Amino acid sequence: MAEALSAFRICDFTGQLAGAGATKWLASFGAEVIRIEDPVRRGRWDILRGAPPFVDERRGINLGGAFNNHNAGKYGITLNLRTARAKRILEQLIEVSDVVSENFAKGVMDRWGFGYERLREIKPDIIYVSNCGFGHTGPYSGFKTWGPIVQAVSGLTFTSGLPGREPAGWGYSYMDHTGAYFMAMAILLALVHRQRTGEGQWVDLACTEAALTLHGPALLDWTVNGRPTRREGKPHANRNQWPPMAPHGIYPCEGDDDWVAIACRDEDDWRRFAELVGESWCTEPAYENLVARLVAQDELDQLVGAWTRPRSKFDVETLLREAGVPVSAVMKPEERIDVDASTADFGLWPTVAHTEMGDVRVDGQPVRFSETDWSIARGGPCLGEHNVDVLTGLLGLSAEEVARLEEEGVL
Amino acid sequence: MTSPPETAGKPLGALAGVRVVELAQAPIAWAGKLLADMGADVILVEPPGGDPSRNYPPFVDDEPGQDRSLYWWHYHTSKRGVVVDLDAPAGRERFRALAATADVLLEAEPRRRLGELGLDYQDLKRIRPELVHVAVTPYGRNDPKSDLPYTDLTLMAASGPPWSCGYDDHTLPPIRGPLQGYHTASHFAVLSVLTALLHRGVGGSGQFIDVSMTAASNVTTEAATTTWLVSKRTVQRQTGRHASVSPSRETQQECADGRHANTGVPPRRPHEFAALLGWLEDLGLEAELPEAVFLTMGANWEGPFDLAKIGRDDEVTAIFGAGREALRLIASKVSAQDFFTGCQRAGLAVGVVNSPDEAFEDPHFRARGFHVPVHHDDRAGAVVYPGAPYVFKASPWAISRRAPRLGEHDAEVFGKLATR
Repeated sequence: MAEALSAFRICDFTGQLAGAGATKWLASFGAEVIRIEDPVRRGRWDILRGAPPFVDERRGINLGGAFNNHNAGKYGITLNLRTARAKRILEQLIEVSDVVSENFAKGVMDRWGFGYERLREIKPDIIYVSNCGFGHTGPYSGFKTWGPIVQAVSGLTFTSGLPGREPAGWGYSYMDHTGAYFMAMAILLALVHRQRTGEGQWVDLACTEAALTLHGPALLDWTVNGRPTRREGKPHANRNQWPPMAPHGIYPCEGDDDWVAIACRDEDDWRRFAELVGESWCTEPAYENLVARLVAQDELDQLVGAWTRPRSKFDVETLLREAGVPVSAVMKPEERIDVDASTADFGLWPTVAHTEMGDVRVDGQPVRFSETDWSIARGGPCLGEHNVDVLTGLLGLSAEEVARLEEEGVL
Repeated sequence: MTSPPETAGKPLGALAGVRVVELAQAPIAWAGKLLADMGADVILVEPPGGDPSRNYPPFVDDEPGQDRSLYWWHYHTSKRGVVVDLDAPAGRERFRALAATADVLLEAEPRRRLGELGLDYQDLKRIRPELVHVAVTPYGRNDPKSDLPYTDLTLMAASGPPWSCGYDDHTLPPIRGPLQGYHTASHFAVLSVLTALLHRGVGGSGQFIDVSMTAASNVTTEAATTTWLVSKRTVQRQTGRHASVSPSRETQQECADGRHANTGVPPRRPHEFAALLGWLEDLGLEAELPEAVFLTMGANWEGPFDLAKIGRDDEVTAIFGAGREALRLIASKVSAQDFFTGCQRAGLAVGVVNSPDEAFEDPHFRARGFHVPVHHDDRAGAVVYPGAPYVFKASPWAISRRAPRLGEHDAEVFGKLATR
């Protein structure tokens, strides 16, 4: 049983990935994470609830595959916060919680009467972590975002591309994942502080700002040297700037959209690579050292690509591995999940039991603790699935009262 | 880790008093910085001659030098630096003495190296039972593939992100977002450290934590993974938007100044159509948009739209088409920045595609205090660094010092250990 965080209870308003991904970490280490959802809108604020992928032909708000993935191991209750009774129940829940977490737009918690000042009245040492695109202060704090918008504004979309073309950006919400990691860090850091001082606090997380911290060297190149990132020949995302390497890129292979990544870190890697390839260009003075190879990188990439092109990506991978050069096939989802044994060996795709979907594999955690490891076994909660468990077990209501509150539209 | 040191009025970071020993390696430098900027006493251990990343560009004024790397400056703020030769017996003794004072050991050494030196977890826990040892390797400590040479690029290719990133034109290669493989591994290293410290704080023991860098990126690919796990289908990369099983509409739009914006979700609520129409009128552009009449219809629509009718019902289809056309027209007439702020004021989640420095200079981030001056004793003015990823009210993030010079804190750290 996961117990590292079993001392902590989270009153969790998060959803989608940027928020739900944060409390997923906590739940997998044993924290009691109780999701609060709106019964009137049937929990649809979290757009993933009823969204694909689906396990079969069934559709509905309890059947979204990504929702299950991001909410495994959490409890789910419904509270219609338009009613005074639901507000009172929420107050009782906050009184016995360590953390209130949310990733709404700025102002939503205030409108419900549960802004930080009120939370602190209810529980003086409460930890409140808010996560929104631009944070709760600053000129853009009212602006709306989702992952791709955060990535665009913060420079991550720009830096992922090829020169002379529009940005390629990210083919998924990297900053929803990463925003969730920063949010989980914020919650844990605030818990550490409270554990040692007894003091709660509010942490204001802005996903765009968190994303900006991921450009450190480029930003110092700007503030110290005045060099902008938008300049001729940049960005060239598959090349390496810090440190420069050549060859360094993703090259075409035989097959259906198959590619291989190759990186020569230093002269030793280059020598081994050149010996393996054994073509005439490998010994040309134009490529004899890093400085020369960097100058001639476009031509070099063409030559390397011509060498990889007729070969399968896994053949190239095997050859370069034997030669001791950093290499990897560009793995498709089915290859890294079902073919590369390393992920299954790590236990990276645990199967959860979801009340309506049945057994489904989900993302696990990429870490193993020797003493208090994570565990992900239960699927994401169906809407209001734990109303009875939580309200009777934790808050002392009777089962009859819960049934009545459900009938009255409070739950 | 006991209670944090006394504060003299100034609040300390959440990790004040937590000692972290970090064996310098590029993939975990970011993890060490995240801990150090939250107040942990991070002691960065370098080999004689220094960590190779001291010589990574960019350099101050483009002049190479061990203390001039801006890469080094960024990734090692708030840390102290010592030199220890782990290959020499005396160095290993020094390291043991240091580890005996540590709450956390953070390392990304080749997977068998510390064991061969007699410095792995089973050795260190004897002298420091409460130690949290976080080992970061490509595939985990138990997988022989962790012995393979790697870079950020090859790790990311192995674990999924590039497959989903790139262009509609699949003759162009998949694209890697630079350094994000190392960053993602570091994020999980930090989460692990904090989780283990909290467990210790409620009476738990120290422990060994095995972090796999490829596993970290494997679970950071959103729909690519869930779509395969749940429905055994494979997403395909598309320019500037989510990889998808079936192609979706373009969302990236070039604006009048040649820069781009991401248009996100097009307008679909009456008040959004109304705002768009108002903006079009303000710009004097409604005559250029034959579909403007449908915007008016959208603005006056009763109740919410049934999105399922797009493509089936002529009226609804025309209204939504007009929304897209209006955005396209406005984007072609205004700068990407103005398009971004204008759309946001109309309630639309749109973003300008900034370069990192363009984002950094945006007034929003300045207003939030993201420009952080750091004193460098050998420079006239302060150097402006990127600021906090999160704003803590009671136990704040802060850069407590510039990155260390090679062996800068040898005397300070080992002098104290000797007199313990």
